[in-house]
Amino acid sequence: MAASRTDEPVLEVRGLVKHFPLTKGIVFKRQIGAVQAVDGVDLLLYKGETLGLVGESGCGKSTTARLLMRLDEPTAGQILFHGEDIAQLSGKAFKAVRRNIQIVLQDPYSSLNPRMTVGDIVGEPFQIHKDVAPKGSRRKLVQELLEVVGLNPEHINRYPHQFSGGQRQRIGIARGLALRPEIIICDEPVSALDVSVQAQVINLFEKLQDELGLSYIFIAHDLSVVRHICDRVSVMYLGKVVETGDEEQIYERPTHPYTQALLSAVPVPDPTLRGRRDQIMLEGDVPSPANPPSGCRFRTRCWKAQDICAEQEPELVVRDDLDHPSACHFAAIRKVIVTHDVS
Amino acid sequence: MTHTGTNQAIPADDMQLSEDRSALLLDVDDLHVEFRTRDGVAKAVSGVSFDLRPGETLAILGESGSGKSVTAQAIMGILDTPPAYVTQGSVRFRGTELLSLPEKERRRYRGEKIAMIFQDALSSLNPVYSVGFQIGEMFRVHRGTSRDDAKKKAVELMDRVHIPAARQRVNDYPHQFSGGMRQRIMIAIALSLDPDIIIADEPTTALDVTVQAQVMQLLADLQAESHMGLILITHDLGVVADVADKISVMYAGRLVEQAPVMDLYASPAHPYTERLLAAIPRVDLKGQELYTIKGIPPNLTRIPAGCAFHPRCPYAQPICVEQVPPLHDISGDRRSACHFWKETLDGSIQNR
Repeated sequence: MAASRTDEPVLEVRGLVKHFPLTKGIVFKRQIGAVQAVDGVDLLLYKGETLGLVGESGCGKSTTARLLMRLDEPTAGQILFHGEDIAQLSGKAFKAVRRNIQIVLQDPYSSLNPRMTVGDIVGEPFQIHKDVAPKGSRRKLVQELLEVVGLNPEHINRYPHQFSGGQRQRIGIARGLALRPEIIICDEPVSALDVSVQAQVINLFEKLQDELGLSYIFIAHDLSVVRHICDRVSVMYLGKVVETGDEEQIYERPTHPYTQALLSAVPVPDPTLRGRRDQIMLEGDVPSPANPPSGCRFRTRCWKAQDICAEQEPELVVRDDLDHPSACHFAAIRKVIVTHDVS
Repeated sequence: MTHTGTNQAIPADDMQLSEDRSALLLDVDDLHVEFRTRDGVAKAVSGVSFDLRPGETLAILGESGSGKSVTAQAIMGILDTPPAYVTQGSVRFRGTELLSLPEKERRRYRGEKIAMIFQDALSSLNPVYSVGFQIGEMFRVHRGTSRDDAKKKAVELMDRVHIPAARQRVNDYPHQFSGGMRQRIMIAIALSLDPDIIIADEPTTALDVTVQAQVMQLLADLQAESHMGLILITHDLGVVADVADKISVMYAGRLVEQAPVMDLYASPAHPYTERLLAAIPRVDLKGQELYTIKGIPPNLTRIPAGCAFHPRCPYAQPICVEQVPPLHDISGDRRSACHFWKETLDGSIQNR
């Protein structure tokens, strides 16, 4: 899984913040608040590894993806690619760096232009970054890419509607691979696919990582998929990372109450465990990111909450005798999943 | 085309049979639905049969295009005709044939006896009416209740599905609720007339896992309270394992396997079920290898000859291309539509 992982970080994110302003008035706009979509996120991605970013809808994981691609401008914070802050770059230098970070989007139906052929879609990155491949060789390169992702190279002149959902996602992956990036951000890449097709695409991601030494940031709400594919996992809640660690630490020794609740809610396809699982039922809904709770943002739904949780924001640090960072004043291990080793 | 209503005179030789089946809430037999489109006839449902008893949970499991939602819509009688036509089969509710009922009488069953919860609560609720109005609508239309009384009932129902501050929120509009709360409102509407059966079509697919757990728990509690029959339509093998009593697996409009939940997971009797179980990542397994099912589900206008699964089946033999496998009886409540169900069951089947 982490065969080619090294200790050199390819991407380091420090204190990433994105606030979307809420305004009032039409001619004279006044800012009356902000949706704190991402509020101080730190991430670390090593070469050849997969970092999972999990959380419920509205926790800011997709906004984080957009910020890493600089599709949105961050309000504050640094995004260091090999030590260079891409949040500050512009013009030519930015274009050169950007080639190294590509994205695969969730919905393979809306993320491919229906009027373009597969060849045009996969080859479009070459038109923007002209120096990557000379004009004459592009068609051949596109065909190679199609072959790499398991599509028939002869289908280069077909249109997206002639493909199934799984095949379309492969087209999206081929487009992401075109510029030979070091990092691919996968934003819910398998959640729109059928169960029987999902496994094909997951295996393709793993194969490509082994062959090309790619680093992935894998954003998903399906914790089973994340466990399968990721080396390390960061759990987000309301714009903040609440716990981070390697796959084993998060899944077998979760310390943050939110992580524990999230894991315990994942359905397991095994009826013999019915009624025997440690299920934590969370009350209520995620609060609005425009007006998050003071102190710890999870305290309104937490069964451990004390007065200190409202007054003091818990930092994401390694506590007491635990082995990975957790943003909870009362972090403690609670095994919610009994893991079986099948390898 | 369809059987006549059995609630009228029952021939003597059918007595035995009808007594046996009369305990059933719902009895679906050999249901066929097709969509007549410009591209040809799509056989969305071909020969589906199952039954449901009070208090029981039946899961209909399948991928997109397997015909599971169309089956539900045919039971409810809410298919759009054209293009959809029920061409064969019967749907009996407590012995009454529903398919041959005139629309006016059919309406008395919809909502009152059999209610449905849809996947996408936001698009199923009307954005320009308050939720209280929409829940109360059931009482006004079916029972002729006054507006005031209907609103009171709506508050009671919102309490019953655990919507906080129901009295204050009864006049709010759907967009003012979160996804989980909207799904609760859908459940409140379905529950309103105390139906005997609830059909839930992917009720939690659009929800986050923590909310999904809440909604499934709510459905289970409500079912235990009122001893309803529940038909859960889903593609999620995880959710099914937690709640279902028995499972019908569908593929390309056909039933491929029927089994009690424990048996199905422990020893699948159809290669499709077996492969599906091996293809899903599990949160409690480490170092798991994912098996893939090659290819994609077939287009319903061009279902492969023989067994519909044969182009994707690792065990396919020549007979699978030539003959449609019947639904073999394995034991009392287990059936599999595979020529090689014995070999699949005992694991002796070999890859092609």
